[in-house]
Amino acid sequence: MSRQPTQEYLAEAEELLERLGQDLALLGESIDADEADPDLVNSIFRDAHSLKGLSGMFGFDDIAELSHHLETLLDHFRLGKIALNAILYDALFETVEGLGLLVREKALNPQTRMDISSYVSRIDKLMQSQKDENATSLASLSLDPALLKVLTEYEEHRLQENLNRGSLLLLVHALFELESFDTDLSALTRELKQAGEVISTLPGVSNDNPTCLAFRILFASKVPLENLQAQAGLAPYEFEIVSQERHGMLEPAAPVPPPALTPRQDPPKDKIALATQPIADELSLRSLSQSVRVDIGKLNVLMNLVGELGLARGHIAQLADTLTQAGIPQARDLDKAVHVLERRLGELQKAVMDVRMVPVRQLFDKMTRIVRRMAHEMGKKVELATYGADTEFDKLIAEDLADPMMHIIRNALDHGLESSVERLSLGKPEVGRIEMRATQRGNHVVLEIIDDGRGIDPQVLQAKGIEKGLINPEAQVSRQDLFALLFHPGFSTRDQVSEYSGRGVGMDVVKNNIAAMSGIIDIESTPGQGTQIALTLPITLAIIKALVVRIQQRDYAIPLTSVLETLLLEPGMIRSIEGRQVMSLRGSTLPLLHLNQIFQFDQTTSTAGEYVVVVGFVDRRIGLIVEALHGQQDVVIKSLGESLSFVQGIAGAADLGNQKTVLVLDIGNLVSATLHKDGGLNV
Amino acid sequence: MKKILVTEDSATMRGLIVSTLEAMERFEIIEAGNGFEALRALPREKVDLIITDINMPDINGLELVNFCRSNPLYQATPLIIISTEGSEHDREKGLALGANAYLVKPFLPQDLQQLVQELIS
Repeated sequence: MSRQPTQEYLAEAEELLERLGQDLALLGESIDADEADPDLVNSIFRDAHSLKGLSGMFGFDDIAELSHHLETLLDHFRLGKIALNAILYDALFETVEGLGLLVREKALNPQTRMDISSYVSRIDKLMQSQKDENATSLASLSLDPALLKVLTEYEEHRLQENLNRGSLLLLVHALFELESFDTDLSALTRELKQAGEVISTLPGVSNDNPTCLAFRILFASKVPLENLQAQAGLAPYEFEIVSQERHGMLEPAAPVPPPALTPRQDPPKDKIALATQPIADELSLRSLSQSVRVDIGKLNVLMNLVGELGLARGHIAQLADTLTQAGIPQARDLDKAVHVLERRLGELQKAVMDVRMVPVRQLFDKMTRIVRRMAHEMGKKVELATYGADTEFDKLIAEDLADPMMHIIRNALDHGLESSVERLSLGKPEVGRIEMRATQRGNHVVLEIIDDGRGIDPQVLQAKGIEKGLINPEAQVSRQDLFALLFHPGFSTRDQVSEYSGRGVGMDVVKNNIAAMSGIIDIESTPGQGTQIALTLPITLAIIKALVVRIQQRDYAIPLTSVLETLLLEPGMIRSIEGRQVMSLRGSTLPLLHLNQIFQFDQTTSTAGEYVVVVGFVDRRIGLIVEALHGQQDVVIKSLGESLSFVQGIAGAADLGNQKTVLVLDIGNLVSATLHKDGGLNV
Repeated sequence: MKKILVTEDSATMRGLIVSTLEAMERFEIIEAGNGFEALRALPREKVDLIITDINMPDINGLELVNFCRSNPLYQATPLIIISTEGSEHDREKGLALGANAYLVKPFLPQDLQQLVQELIS
């Protein structure tokens, strides 16, 4: 069947692998524990199994073969033949990564074949270490033998396992209306899973009531039957004990006919017929999938169109204004229509935006995998914690963030965390710790990477900065500015800095990557205790609200998310300290920036500023001196392209809708440039 | 037109099976993405053939086979189970429960078409 287009294959394979990665990350929490969650283990197995089947159908034999080996390994694991330990876990992770590699190769060229022998031999070696299964006969259960016939191999194993453990085994009988059985059954299963393990769900017919489905659920309970029966949600169901403990005798019980239970919340029959019939018809069996995978490029097109529509709306609004001023009677209706359009456009924009959002979890999972692999390679012990994985941000940012994050994490592992021996001699816990945190703050997401390693000594940085001629030996350089040195391209060279401070590998590249996303990077560190790196990123890049201002007779857009306030500039407000212009703002000193300090306009055309736009983030603020404020507008930022990427202080260009294009200021960059001036730095 | 119910949780796999069957140009195909949907579809559509994957969450293929075989309404409906290499145990069980035939992934479109041809005529 390899004639089929491979696009669908790739999308589903990727989805399966992504879920495998996420589930494996979850599984990592139960390494060396007594038992992993059987549902999770089975779901991992099923995904490997699906990938195998799918790949075989599309003729991708190498992927099919490797996923077959993975499946077999997982099968041994889920059937209890191999214990979950770090070695098995690493092998699982790396195989899934290898599969990811293979799938990506196929995306580029479906004909490529890759050598998978190293993966396969590793798995084979693991399989040889399997332990023997100790069996207690399932026949000793007072279980309908017909029921045993329906259990898959895995379900049989789970039954066995629970039997060996002496769990209370029950058959739960339930009767549900055909129209609502899936939600009812899910609710019951959920309830049961809190008290034990659902081994199998067997649907059957009800002899008395043809509009109902009878279910028998094979359930291993961790709590006594009385406790189950006391639970309100479980009260309507009948429990039948099947484990040998209670019955003792070996005679199998006669098949139990499903009891004629009244379904819960059963409304009168005539109402059912009326109320549910149309709904049932709407529930077309053909629309099954709840989600659609969309190419991010298509979403970008959609986003751009929404942006352009916003511009068109702005234009119409202007025309409406003109008509109102001209006293044309229909102008008011037009104005109303424009407002409706505006509201709907806002909703549309938000809806498109929502589609692009992905949870940070995806990024964290990737990092978790990298940390596990690197820690293994370096022979370091590390404990990894993540917080706020459900925080959402733009898919594009998530993609672009993977590399910088990896860089930071690699540094933390490689240079930050000490070896176990060193840690113990310092009185620290043997296992190092890396934390990834995500929090949403307004329109920004803050990602923090925190380690408890050796940290960075600002004094070492200062000495190094002076030696490199990057800071003036006499200047009072703030702690923040010293850490900012790490991002200076001329500052760090791999070997030297790792010796001194333990860090500095390509951090200038990281900073540039983050800045390209309109993000900001901050470092804070305490020698001996560890380092925290915080990345502040906009939730989305696509459409932004911008303040349009006039500076030196040209218009610029400033992303509204970085505007804190605007002030009218009055004579005497500006002071000069050490040759730099500042002003007082509610008791604190605000550094000021004339754009011509950065862009070096022709001085003769210089005009006086009228307003100060306070921009920045939290405690890193500056005042931008502008001539006029032109109000706010939605803009779509477009990149200036590769060839102009060296221009500092400009984030891109935006179309204002009246055939005017303006430059969008890169506030993060301007703030850094202004604040770090006194250290003699121009980062 | 005879109706075939295809139960398979992988959308791509299901798509492959459906397009293979549609190429025969004489069946109406009903799709189910899991056991629940199959249970829902069975009483509503009078199906002439059931094709089901074994490995599915919640209600698996074996449970579905058992359901059909213990229900007078579907007792005689031909049933094909789809398994993969390595799941011989589950395949045996499926046949023991009363499935009429099985296919092992990967299979050729012709194999599926031929099997359907034999079971439905």
